[in-house]
Amino acid sequence: MHELSVCIALMQQVERIAQEHDAGRVDRIVLQLGPLSGVEAPLLEHAWPLACTGTLAEAAELLIEAAPVKVECTQCGAVSEVVPNRLLCASCGDFRTRLLSGDEMLLASLELSRMKTQAVQQQCV
Amino acid sequence: MCDTCGCNITPGNEHLVRGDGRLAKTDEGREAVTVLQSLLSENDHQAAHNRTHFDSHGVFAVNLMSSPGAGKTALLEATIESLGDAYRIAVIEGDLETENDAERIRACGVEAIQIATGSACHLDAHMVHTALHQLDLDPVDILFIENVGNLVCPASFDLGQHRNITLLSVPEGDDKPAKYPVMFRAADLVLLTKTDLLPYLSDFRPERAERCLRELASESPLLSLSSASGEAMEDWLTWLRTEVAAQRERIRQGATLRPAIQPDGMRLHSAAPATHAHAHGVVNATGGEG
Repeated sequence: MHELSVCIALMQQVERIAQEHDAGRVDRIVLQLGPLSGVEAPLLEHAWPLACTGTLAEAAELLIEAAPVKVECTQCGAVSEVVPNRLLCASCGDFRTRLLSGDEMLLASLELSRMKTQAVQQQCV
Repeated sequence: MCDTCGCNITPGNEHLVRGDGRLAKTDEGREAVTVLQSLLSENDHQAAHNRTHFDSHGVFAVNLMSSPGAGKTALLEATIESLGDAYRIAVIEGDLETENDAERIRACGVEAIQIATGSACHLDAHMVHTALHQLDLDPVDILFIENVGNLVCPASFDLGQHRNITLLSVPEGDDKPAKYPVMFRAADLVLLTKTDLLPYLSDFRPERAERCLRELASESPLLSLSSASGEAMEDWLTWLRTEVAAQRERIRQGATLRPAIQPDGMRLHSAAPATHAHAHGVVNATGGEG
C-alpha cells in the first residue's frame, strides 16, 4: 500500500534535518501515528529498511508511538476515548464531536549524533 | 498542517515535547531534535502549490474517491452531459494502467489527462502537478480529479483540491463507512451511487449507510443518485453549482479552501500569525471553514 511512499518521504525529511544539524548519524526516529491517519505502523516498519538502507539513518531505531482516538463533544463538552469508526460522544451519544487526537501522522523528533565520521571511528576503536 | 508555529502539538503528542518527557532526555553526545512535521509535508507543500495554481486560474478542483467500479467515470459522463454547456470541465484520470477512462471522458467532448500510476495505489500532489503541465487551466471552470479506485490510500494525500467527494455504490454494501473510516471522514460530500440497483439489493439500507457515516462524526451531506438511469441527479448538480459559485466568491475575496477534515493543528493555526504566506496565509482567510 502507500506505506512505502510515506517511508520514502520520511527518509527525505530525516536526511534534510540531519544535514541542517550537521549530524553524522541518526540514532532514533520517533513517529506518531493515529489510527485515523490511514498509515499502519506494522506496514511502515516493514517498508522502513527499504527506505533507510545506505543513509545516515541506516542504524536508527524507529519508534512509532500510537496516538489514542479522542473526541470532544461539541454539545455536552465531554472528552471520550473512542474507536476509530465510532466517533460518538461516550457521555451523551451525540455525533457532533471534534477530533482531539487520533489522526496524527507526524515525525515527532529525531535523536542525532553530532559526531563526524572521524569521531565515530575513534569511538569504535 | 503547519510545520513552523508548533500547532502540530495536539493533546495526543504534547507529552513528547514537554521538558520532563521521555524524549527530552538523550544519551551523552546525542542531540534530540523536536520536529513535529507531517510525514507528508513534501506532498502537502506541493498540494498547496497546486491549490494556488487552481485559484489563480479560477478553477474549482474536486477529488473523486471510491473503490474501483463505484461509478466515478459514469458520474462524470452524466455530469458532463448535464452541465457541459454551462461550465467548462476538465478531468484528470488516475488509474494503474490504460487510457480507458480518459477516452470515455474525451468521447464526451471534454479534455482529459490520464495519469497511469504503474503500481501506485493513489495519486499524490506531484503526479497531479505533472499532469497540470499538459492542461491549459485558463478555459476551465471545474477540474475533476478522478483518483485511483481505492478506499484506503487516496484519503491520505492532499492533491490541492478544494473538495473531496467519496462515492459509495449500492453493490458495495451499506457499512462501508464503518469499514473505511479514514476515507469517509475525509469526504465533504458522500454520493450514494447506482441507486437504480436498490430494488435488486434489498439488504442495502441507505439509512444504515448514513448512520455509519454520522458515527464518524461527519456532518457531510449524503446524496443518492443513479448515473445510469439519471434519477435524482438534480441534488448533485445543485451541490456542484453552489460550490462553483462559492469558489468564485472566494477567489473574488482572495481566499481559498481546503477539504473539510483537517488535523486539529490547522484549526489552531488559523488563530496564529501567518508565518508561511505561500501555503498557509491564504487559508487563514477562511479559517472558519475547516
